[in-house]
Amino acid sequence: MSDNAATVEAKLPKDLAAEKGLVNVQIDGVWMQVPKGMRMIEACKLAQKEVPHYCYHPKLSAPGNCRMCLVQMGMPPRPAPGQDPVRDGEGYENIGWIPRPVIACANTVGENMGIRTTGELVEKCREGVMEFLLINHPLDCPICDQAGECRLQEFSVEHGKGESRFVDAKVKKPKNVDIGPRVRLDDERCIMCSRCIRFMDEVADDPVLGFTQRGTHTTLTVHPGKRLDSNYSLNTVDICPVGALTSNDFRFQMRVWFLKETKSIDINCGTGANITIWTRGEKVHRITPRQNDEVNSTWMPDSHRLNFHYIDGDTRLAGPILKGSNGHQPASWSAVIAATAAELKKFQPGEVAIIASARMTNEELFLTRELAGAINCSLFTTVPRDGESDGLLISADRNPNTTGAKLVWQSQDPAGPLFAIREGVRNGSIKALLVLGEDLADAGFTAEDLAKPEFIASIQLLAGPTAHASDVVLPGAAFAEKRGSMVNVTGRLQRLNRAVEPIGDAKDDWEILRDLILALQGAKPGTGLAAIEDVFKAMAASVPEFDDLSLSKIGDLGKPVVETGVKIPLLQNERARKAAGLING
Amino acid sequence: MAVVKVTRPKLNTGEKMYLGAIFKGFIITMKHAVASLRNKTRGAEAMESSGMGITMQYPEQKWDEHLPEYYRGAPALVTDEQDRERCVSCQLCEFICPPKAIKITPSEISSDDPWAKVEKRPLEFEIDMIRCIYCGMCEEVCPEQAIYLRKDYAITGVTRAEMVHDKKKLYEIGGKRVGLVNKWNELK
Repeated sequence: MSDNAATVEAKLPKDLAAEKGLVNVQIDGVWMQVPKGMRMIEACKLAQKEVPHYCYHPKLSAPGNCRMCLVQMGMPPRPAPGQDPVRDGEGYENIGWIPRPVIACANTVGENMGIRTTGELVEKCREGVMEFLLINHPLDCPICDQAGECRLQEFSVEHGKGESRFVDAKVKKPKNVDIGPRVRLDDERCIMCSRCIRFMDEVADDPVLGFTQRGTHTTLTVHPGKRLDSNYSLNTVDICPVGALTSNDFRFQMRVWFLKETKSIDINCGTGANITIWTRGEKVHRITPRQNDEVNSTWMPDSHRLNFHYIDGDTRLAGPILKGSNGHQPASWSAVIAATAAELKKFQPGEVAIIASARMTNEELFLTRELAGAINCSLFTTVPRDGESDGLLISADRNPNTTGAKLVWQSQDPAGPLFAIREGVRNGSIKALLVLGEDLADAGFTAEDLAKPEFIASIQLLAGPTAHASDVVLPGAAFAEKRGSMVNVTGRLQRLNRAVEPIGDAKDDWEILRDLILALQGAKPGTGLAAIEDVFKAMAASVPEFDDLSLSKIGDLGKPVVETGVKIPLLQNERARKAAGLING
Repeated sequence: MAVVKVTRPKLNTGEKMYLGAIFKGFIITMKHAVASLRNKTRGAEAMESSGMGITMQYPEQKWDEHLPEYYRGAPALVTDEQDRERCVSCQLCEFICPPKAIKITPSEISSDDPWAKVEKRPLEFEIDMIRCIYCGMCEEVCPEQAIYLRKDYAITGVTRAEMVHDKKKLYEIGGKRVGLVNKWNELK
């Protein structure tokens, strides 16, 4: 018994923590265990103590150059030879506080370390750093696009002085510098945090940015003869804590405080990067990446984030159209649905083919299969869209939901029948086409082929050759206008959310499909499924991978539903850097 | 607390019929009527009356010269001494406006403009005067001293569209305002 008690007593907090690979850290008076090797700033984040910072970013290395994250640190004093460490009642050693500050971003935690994120020393330091940062910063917040989401603004409210004590003229630097096709640089606003330089070097692997000059004259610029034209350049705008780097696309469009944020996913490739859609009223103003360490970390490619202007562009179809003797004419929804159903019924089952899209959500693909069942059609396909992976985030599969199509249709090759359909159209055995959100040119149909079928009905977003060749055009909803789910290349089920209402008279694709099925079955309109949640429920009953899930259960970060073996290269790089201790991630 | 009993006053017959009170009131009214006709009402001079007591004959007569300095009329945009439009379309007034009367479309100043260094100005600036409540918050929030409440109060129109002041109209009402802080003139 006494033996036992002795061993229990021998277990000091440091030993208990060491067993788990953790260390004890006291943050603002509270002891907690954090992983060994963690940076102090991350430990403070775990303790929910905010340490203001500019240059530190969890996905980038920490040069420690902004000096904003100064905290007070303490370690137990080294005992004299032969002296035992002094411990308090709980077994922690007494902390000897260092009378000067240290930066929290570039120092790692140690056993029995103390951190103070408040107190006179720390607060005075922050105020001093803020004052220095603001010495040369222009006061053009009314113009600056960053206003409203500017760290410098935020921290100067908390830690800054009301007015400047600086009497000399501010240093003049280049303004409105054209450094790349999508990014504008204002050097006067730059606070030299070097986040953009490190991002381009460490993540985008295209080191084109750097500092020239010294001291207050330090200037951010592109290397001679280079441009900031990487497909990841707009991420530097996201991570810039001030308004030094701004997006040409979003520049002067709208102040951020008017914008509503909707969490959704990107649909330009199989990666399905998590995004935030920023809208005001019914207009999408910008798209930014949203952190998901299993999909896109905190980044996304420019080509994907800028691909939203078509949503309210000139070619967008905003109402149903019926082709008559005098060309394409606007029609009512009930008329086009009835016309499509009536036309489709005229053909034999083998004469109708459905060309669906792997850009559709799982719910829409499920209803597509139902629709194929309703007209007894066995020829339904998606259109493959293969490109090359860029070795970072863009997947070789440019369709966002190929994995979803495989799961929902229970087919290994959902694009398999496409060849047979194309041949069927060419030799005249297929007389009617139902095109769902797909561009027939992408599917390998020539203008000549498009003239062959007797009847084409298509759900389309934009005016184009496919819509032009269609006898019935059903305007669908763009990705920002619909709710639904998709499965990315790694087998992660993710959710799209509606940020804006469908434009004009356009309708959610799943509602169009539902109405078509009802019309084909001769059922009364309005008797089908009422909400997208019900569609998911019906689908989950037939897809084992979605068993026990619902749209709301997917959550903002998605749920892995199937193992595909596909890896996202950027995440591999990031994990390697994390394992090497370069970043905390 | 002690209870105080109040007895009803005893009224005589004359008092019960209000005759005396009515007559007294009549005398007072007549006194004022005569004073009005003789234009001897109190304050008549200060209020620039029409000669009939204190009443002013609007709209033939207006009180405009007497509006106080702080009078809050129609909000308008102003230019500075060099005719530069002061507004940089920061949209703070649009944000603060309680009835949401303001709508701004921002735009970039082209690089060949003499004021290119300001970078931003409104492409369109609309104030819906049907919505405006003349609260003056736009003036208070403006970081560029660009919007002021002027003394115009008779804002009329026959259609809703006419009641929306566009940028041109706003500068017309606002005019030039001198002696303000001109931060864009400094070496910048």
